[in-house]
Amino acid sequence: MSEPGPETEARRIATQARDRARFEDEALALADQVYRVARRLVGSREEAEDLVQETYARAFRSWQSFTPGTNMRAWLLRILTNLNVDRGRRIQRTPQLQPLEETDYYLANKMASAVGEDALESEEVVERLSQDAIVRALSEIPPQFRDVVVLVDIGDFTYADAAQILDVPIGTVMSRLHRGRRALKQRLAEEAVS
Amino acid sequence: MGAPCDRCEELLQDYLDRTLTDAEWREAESHLAGCDYCARRYRFEETLRRYVKTTAAERMPPGLMAKLAELRGLDASA
Repeated sequence: MSEPGPETEARRIATQARDRARFEDEALALADQVYRVARRLVGSREEAEDLVQETYARAFRSWQSFTPGTNMRAWLLRILTNLNVDRGRRIQRTPQLQPLEETDYYLANKMASAVGEDALESEEVVERLSQDAIVRALSEIPPQFRDVVVLVDIGDFTYADAAQILDVPIGTVMSRLHRGRRALKQRLAEEAVS
Repeated sequence: MGAPCDRCEELLQDYLDRTLTDAEWREAESHLAGCDYCARRYRFEETLRRYVKTTAAERMPPGLMAKLAELRGLDASA
């Protein structure tokens, strides 16, 4: 067997450069979606920008550990959530939660008593909740619940993706998601009536 | 309102996530068909989910994309 000739080596390098550029293109095309999730996991725009930049720096360095054909958005988010937990930067604003009511109709019931049962039907009823109120309510869910709510309900990840990203069983994703949504609705109910 | 509505409330999230078993799905459907109270709350929840998703979404700040693009080609050893 002879050593690979310089031409073969040149071809290998060219192929790798092309694969790498393709990986980077694909990752950059997902940046807006990655940012959207990051922004709701941390407390400020600046922190979200830093987190996304650190995520991409790590992703670009370790691009060869990505398996082509698998879900790159989930792969990026796994890096991001790990970095976020490592740096202890998750919003830790855990307010004195009222004893959790935690029922699924809680917010609807509050709204119905404020605007009337029939008004619940209208699309506009939710618009009584301001963007500030929604953002604040999300930031006040305990972090382990918030991560799941943000991934699934804002990032559109499946339960299975969320389980992989957070490295927890699917059953844990489901129970945290359910509790997290109920906690969110309770916070919103407080915002809506205050 | 009463026990059947409490049960229907328990099924709400899985119903909207489409993760109910067939039997549970039929149970929810048959209750919703005859209960305006629950049907309204299911529709409210659907509207709320949509609203939260669009309201909480914030676009990437201008300039971030250029910063990310500058990271291309980062060396693994760097």
